[in-house]
Amino acid sequence: MTPELEILAIAIVTAVAASLPGTYLVLRRTAMVSDAISHAILPGIVVAFFFTRDLTSPLLLLAAALTGVLTVVLIEALISSRLVPEDASIGIVFPALFSIGVILISRGASDVHLDTDAVLLGELAFAPFHRLTVGGVDLGPAALWSMGAILVVNLALILLAWKELKLATVDAGLAALLGFQPLMIHYGLMTMVSVTAVGAFDAVGSILVVALMIAPPATAYLLAERLGLVIGLSAVVAAAGAVLGWAGALALDVSIAGAIATASGLLFAVAFLLAPRRGLVAQARRRSGQRLDFAVRMLLVHLLHHEDMPEAAEECREEGLHRHLGWREAWTRRVIGKAESRALIARRGELVLPTEAGRHLADDAVIGFSG
Amino acid sequence: MDLFSDYTLRVVALGSGVLGAAAGALGSFAYLRRQSLVGDALSHAALPGIALVFLLTGSKAPLPIMMGAALTGWIATLLIRAVVRRSRVPYDSALGMALAVFFGIGLVLLTLIQKRPDAAQAGLESFLFGQAASLLREDVIVMSVLGGACLVILGLLWKEFKLLSFDSEFGDSIGWPMRRFDGLCTLLLVVAVVTGLRTVGVVLMSAMVVAPAAAARQLTDRLAPMVGLAAAIGVFSGVTGAVLSSMVPRLPTGPTIVLVLSTIVVMSLVLAPDRGLLWRWVKLGRLQPAAALDPVLMHLYALAQQHPDDPDHGHGVGVLRTMSPAGADIERVLDDLSNRGLVHSVGHDLWAPTPIGRREAERSIEAQSKVAS
Amino acid sequence: MVVDQTPAMEVEDLTVAYSDQPVLWDIDLTVPAGDKMAIVGPNGAGKSTLIKAAMGLVPSVAGEVRVFGRRFAKGNGEIAYVPQRSSLEWDFPTDVLDVVTMGTYGGLGWFRRPGNAERDRARAALEEVTMAAFEHRPIAQLSGGQQQRVLLARALVQEAPILMLDEPFQGVDAPTERAIVAVLDRLSDEGKTVIVVHHDLQTVPEYFDSVLLLNVRAIESGSVADVFTEDNLRLTFGGRVGVLAQLAATVSEG
Repeated sequence: MTPELEILAIAIVTAVAASLPGTYLVLRRTAMVSDAISHAILPGIVVAFFFTRDLTSPLLLLAAALTGVLTVVLIEALISSRLVPEDASIGIVFPALFSIGVILISRGASDVHLDTDAVLLGELAFAPFHRLTVGGVDLGPAALWSMGAILVVNLALILLAWKELKLATVDAGLAALLGFQPLMIHYGLMTMVSVTAVGAFDAVGSILVVALMIAPPATAYLLAERLGLVIGLSAVVAAAGAVLGWAGALALDVSIAGAIATASGLLFAVAFLLAPRRGLVAQARRRSGQRLDFAVRMLLVHLLHHEDMPEAAEECREEGLHRHLGWREAWTRRVIGKAESRALIARRGELVLPTEAGRHLADDAVIGFSG
Repeated sequence: MDLFSDYTLRVVALGSGVLGAAAGALGSFAYLRRQSLVGDALSHAALPGIALVFLLTGSKAPLPIMMGAALTGWIATLLIRAVVRRSRVPYDSALGMALAVFFGIGLVLLTLIQKRPDAAQAGLESFLFGQAASLLREDVIVMSVLGGACLVILGLLWKEFKLLSFDSEFGDSIGWPMRRFDGLCTLLLVVAVVTGLRTVGVVLMSAMVVAPAAAARQLTDRLAPMVGLAAAIGVFSGVTGAVLSSMVPRLPTGPTIVLVLSTIVVMSLVLAPDRGLLWRWVKLGRLQPAAALDPVLMHLYALAQQHPDDPDHGHGVGVLRTMSPAGADIERVLDDLSNRGLVHSVGHDLWAPTPIGRREAERSIEAQSKVAS
Repeated sequence: MVVDQTPAMEVEDLTVAYSDQPVLWDIDLTVPAGDKMAIVGPNGAGKSTLIKAAMGLVPSVAGEVRVFGRRFAKGNGEIAYVPQRSSLEWDFPTDVLDVVTMGTYGGLGWFRRPGNAERDRARAALEEVTMAAFEHRPIAQLSGGQQQRVLLARALVQEAPILMLDEPFQGVDAPTERAIVAVLDRLSDEGKTVIVVHHDLQTVPEYFDSVLLLNVRAIESGSVADVFTEDNLRLTFGGRVGVLAQLAATVSEG
């Protein structure tokens, strides 16, 4: 494999691995915890590095995972003290931990590879230089192996705890009732996020981990309804973002990680605009159709409502209708035209009256929403 | 070194003080409006603006750079709002996505800049973690004017912003344009964040927005003192951190300021009179876990004991209300308990404890009987 | 009771929809000046939406609201609004007097700060809801009943001819309930119009002159004696009226 292809492989594996726990973060409305964890694991990494002096040591992974869980514990403790609201608790905890990490690095480790820019921004271009060699045989880039392992573990855990995770995501109360431990699931998920973040920070940097964890799942969430489909699609979107970003970065010779984040954002933007059911365009198209439909039903309900009343002569006169409904005249004419073409109303002199079909529709409309 | 005689230090201290005041004051409103993390998104989203201005003009003059930063930050808040209003993507996901994607775009632009032959790009990295020592007199002038303008507008529209944060709907009912106030309040926050980027950096600027407000909130129950205190805490930590970092080598400014701030937050959480943790601990002693369990759960548990064969026998809200002190908001308590998985609804306005709720109630009774004996 | 010829409020053909789901269908309602009206209906009937839509706080897709014969416009001081207590953030750092003083903001215009005159008006309103002793109390330390009285005082300060209250008796203690009823009676005697979203069927005849039975549509409206019948209630609540009656009985047995 050429270094370029190795980079692409690492990028895809990293993106897919991050999208798995990311889906649950998005669905559980705890997306910003990924931001907090990806920053806050820094001091853990640094301290472990001081002991091992080896950036590839598995001890770093362990330390980072522990720091990630510690972050979540601290945030939860602040929230449960009821002194600080949830969002502020996140905003207090992770900058503090991250600052400790940055200061530790610049005071103690500035002579080695571990510098703050690398942590923050990552550099995929260098990833192929770290090789995994066993007994003198080159097995490929180390990052590919570590992220591959994380991907496999993430996938296995999600499949194993499928219904627990699903239930705890959809209805925490019910999960507790059925004897699942929502808290354990919560911390398990957070550990998964921490390990994934520390595996990925080396390649894409701590901030772009956030893009990989949130953007593909959010995109998939606009495209699919069922949980399994959302997860599958978000993995696909993540891989597509990685490929697009990689290609763009090669073409323009810019930061690969930055380009992948940008591409993931663009994919979300496309889905936001064009998603078949939930996109802005589909919404607008549906709304204009529904508006007329809805207006016809409103007209019928109005006519029916005033039919047998003394004011019927006034309320149901065609030329006065727009005033009673507070509509523009042209729009009112369009609605009346539509209703007439569907044989829902009939004119009798100046009056507009519902036909039998119109009566049914109006009844359905009202009962459908009040019953 | 003497703060008042050293010229550079004076410039640095002044700049950091101004940003601390503006971010602290406006951050208080973000904090109260549950928008603490907007500052985080804003500051990260400023990076592409900074890079773009430099890419287009080749200038690092403070005003254009800040305007560029403010522009992309502002665009990010608009996009977040559009995504939340027009799709089912939740607020925090929209926020995190805007933060990371804008930062990624900024990174792409930065690497484009690094390829330029001129060496003028040096120093843009200081926007990541801040470098107080690199502040120039003209930076500080621009920062002071912008920060000062924010504070003046805040003073003028004080009661409008107060109503916006406390009860926006009421403002709407008396005919005020609350959405415009909302936009203006966010815009001021954008400006305050942007003034701090050079000193604190994009990565940690959000702490300048959240932490002073969180600390100040513990110390007072009134808005004006809270905002004043937050500004004062912002000034103090800004100046202390900036001065420390320009005197000690290899001490980046942003993280130093944040650590000073975090210390103040922890102290206020623990020591604040009346609401602080220490105070609470002294007041409640070790009874805390049992006392934290709501009496409504205990009532529900007691009622459920009368139906040992039917654990899901429902009990009405009305009954619980008669068992509780007058004025207790039973519905809200039940909601809260149900979110914690302790009770569940078994019919219209009928409730029962969950197995976990029963266990918690039993544990609480045990704990109390131990205290009694 | 002073009865003006012009009704205080006329709602005509009001329809409200959230994303094309109608929550109020073609509501007609006339509220005479000086009336005390309850809006009653099951959960999800659109009671709160109706008063919010009437005040222009939520957009309506059709219909018109007239106040004293003129098309209603926000900000002219004709309607004072007491929102549901639970819709507010009571952890906000401010005190009782400050919240009540917010009732004067509408008349102050932008930029101007409330002064002693405004605070005196707020104190008078606090006196009326027997909360004068609490003016410096942080709102985070109030009980539910006290919170409700503070919100009522804020509406009193607005001195509007029409008051709209959303579930003012929800979860309050008995003395607060009596205090609120007394204030509403006094307002009505002075010719002011009071419209209340109410959930306790039992107290409707005692507290109110007229009632609107609402369930997405206006089922019936008029004087309590004419409208508040078992048949109409069944129409409004469907089968659920039995459950409500049961619940009411349980509570009164204590």
